[in-house]
Amino acid sequence: MDIVVCVKRVPLTEEVDLVIDEQKKGIKKDQLAFVLNDWDNYAIEEAIILKEKHGGEVVAITVGSEDDEEVLRRSLAMGADRAIRVDAGDIRRFDSFGISKILARVVKDLPYDLVFTGVLADDDNGGMVGIMMAEELKLNHACMVTAIEIEDGKARTTSELEGGLGEASLVELPALITIQTGINEPRYVSILGIRKAAKKELKIINLADLGLSDEKLSPKTIVEEVYLPPETEGAQMLTGDPDTIASDFIEILTKKGVME
Amino acid sequence: MSEIFVIVEHRLGDTRDITFEMLWKAGELAQKLSYTVTAIILGHDVKSLAENISDRADKIIIFDDERLKNFNADIHKEIIYTLIQESKPALTLIGNTSWGMELAPCLSVKTDLPLATDCIDITPKDNTFIAQRQMFNGKIFSNISFAKSEGCLLTIRAGVFPKDKIGDRKAQIIQQDFPVTDIPVKKSFIEFVETAAGDVDITQAELLISVGRGIGEEENISLIKELAEALGGVVSCSRPIVDKNWLPKYLQVGTSGKSVSPKVYIAVGISGAFQHMAGTSGAGVIIAVNKDPKAPIFRTADYGIVDDLFKIVPVLKDKILEVKKG
Ligand SMILES: Cc1cc2nc3c(=O)[nH]c(=O)nc-3n(C[C@H](O)[C@H](O)[C@H](O)COP(=O)(O)OP(=O)(O)OC[C@H]3O[C@@H](n4cnc5c(N)ncnc54)[C@H](O)[C@@H]3O)c2cc1C
Ligand SMILES: Cc1cc2nc3c(=O)[nH]c(=O)nc-3n(C[C@H](O)[C@H](O)[C@H](O)COP(=O)(O)OP(=O)(O)OC[C@H]3O[C@@H](n4cnc5c(N)ncnc54)[C@H](O)[C@@H]3O)c2cc1C
Repeated sequence: MDIVVCVKRVPLTEEVDLVIDEQKKGIKKDQLAFVLNDWDNYAIEEAIILKEKHGGEVVAITVGSEDDEEVLRRSLAMGADRAIRVDAGDIRRFDSFGISKILARVVKDLPYDLVFTGVLADDDNGGMVGIMMAEELKLNHACMVTAIEIEDGKARTTSELEGGLGEASLVELPALITIQTGINEPRYVSILGIRKAAKKELKIINLADLGLSDEKLSPKTIVEEVYLPPETEGAQMLTGDPDTIASDFIEILTKKGVME
Repeated sequence: MSEIFVIVEHRLGDTRDITFEMLWKAGELAQKLSYTVTAIILGHDVKSLAENISDRADKIIIFDDERLKNFNADIHKEIIYTLIQESKPALTLIGNTSWGMELAPCLSVKTDLPLATDCIDITPKDNTFIAQRQMFNGKIFSNISFAKSEGCLLTIRAGVFPKDKIGDRKAQIIQQDFPVTDIPVKKSFIEFVETAAGDVDITQAELLISVGRGIGEEENISLIKELAEALGGVVSCSRPIVDKNWLPKYLQVGTSGKSVSPKVYIAVGISGAFQHMAGTSGAGVIIAVNKDPKAPIFRTADYGIVDDLFKIVPVLKDKILEVKKG
């Protein structure tokens, strides 16, 4: 069971004042801390679980800068066998269409039974790179998957629908699956894992190596402008010392008839 | 005259709300631009669905076939691709739902048309459109335009447009046959699986105390349980808490969990992602406790407390117990 997993490094934005950049095309990222996209953490874990059961190799790929290698090293420390970074310069000049074309081109030359991506990346929130790649590669696909069992060369998957409903399907391999959070419990990275990761292969390739050029990857969507959310009235804040806040809180509950 | 396509989403015989919402937006744009609205229904035994929307579209194209009984993104893609090639609609609207998130990206590559996902608004501009989307879970908004193309695909967030009828249309209903061309089916539907029911039903609760990732560790959930107990309320949660197996799935509020309608919904350590808030639209009053004053939840909550939950929750609990003792 050879599995390719696509991973993205994303900024943490909790409790930070996001600042729009001068071109109004994105946010300033120099002050932010970065992590492996949550969905991709689950995808790496799922690949390792399947490899432990069925054998094979797990390859992690990212399209990104040298800094983004951090998420590849993390993937290796979790148990991926090797990693590939596509150095494509500033990736903000591509849209999802371009990124999926690049990833598809890399995957094409790798051995694989399964390709995993996350459902969504926590930064741009596009949620389309995975299935676009499946179409580029003419692969079968399953979306938003919360369970995978391999049976006779097929994957039995459960896709999440709305309202807690799931949909079980049988997908012929090779296939691309977009992984939803909660599918497993991602392992912690151990010191031993980090040590082992240092010896694993991390290959860097560029667009020319892949026979790709900006021309073939030109975006179909254009970011006109990014901006902070329009002001709304918002919540009425309970302020003051904790005791005052607690009294106001109880007053609201009493008024709404939920304090007996 | 240009056309707007709306891909009708239905499940187990019911037209899903997102369909009416997309038809509302399509109708509004069509009025402004003198376009026509075409609804596309793929399924089996779907004639009654067409009747439901016959006053909201100018044309309804139906593919009614046994092989369309269950949703299959690849089959939908092939059929809609053919329709797009024939009619070249200016816009094609698809729900940003589990099914739509599988259909739209492969349709975009197949048709070579641009795709903007999870759009919360669409405005016409100089013969094309501007799509409004969010990133960073709603902390940033963006306006997206499209490179020159023969149309574009947009997936629409559920719940942002009204379900109402707009304008007066009378649809011409056209039945088409399943294209004979062989579509290889490499994915087959097995069954629908329901979430196991639990000992409490959060959809019936009058007071919910909902816990999110801000709680940090599994053992801290006791803090929320104690608050709920003091108040006589029921505990619910956001998705990450279920993902980590800290609380069971039947307590999850949101698009992939339950929609709730308590008199009061207290959200503790929840950021307010739309997938969560979509499940709280029936709540009477929302009170949010979050240490980040910029947390998106304060945009939708009625009342807010900006504080560390570990500091304020015990104070709230003690005060309630004190008041209740009388
Ligand atoms: C404000 C803004 C709006 C945008 N709107 C659109 C739009 O409407 N249409 C459009 O086509 N593009 C759009 N883009 C561009 C698009 O978001 C980027 O091309 C981006 O690189 C894709 O990222 P995502 O976060 O959307 O990925 P998603 O599709 O959300 O990511 C899903 C999965 O794909 C994989 N993946 C994603 N990126 C990488 C990577 N670099 N390396 C390896 N794996 C990866 C991961 O497994 C991830 O979990 C927009 C960008 C911005 C900044
Ligand atoms: C297809 C799909 C379906 C989904 N369905 C659902 C769904 O049904 N329900 C759902 O909830 N989510 C759902 N999600 C996930 C959703 O997008 C968010 O990721 C999720 O709601 C975030 O949960 P959270 O607010 O608990 O966590 P976070 O977004 O991590 O927020 C934690 C919050 O806690 C605050 N905090 C941290 N520490 C403290 C402290 N000490 N005191 C006070 N505040 C603190 C932080 O400021 C932050 O705002 C879905 C996602 C997808 C893609």
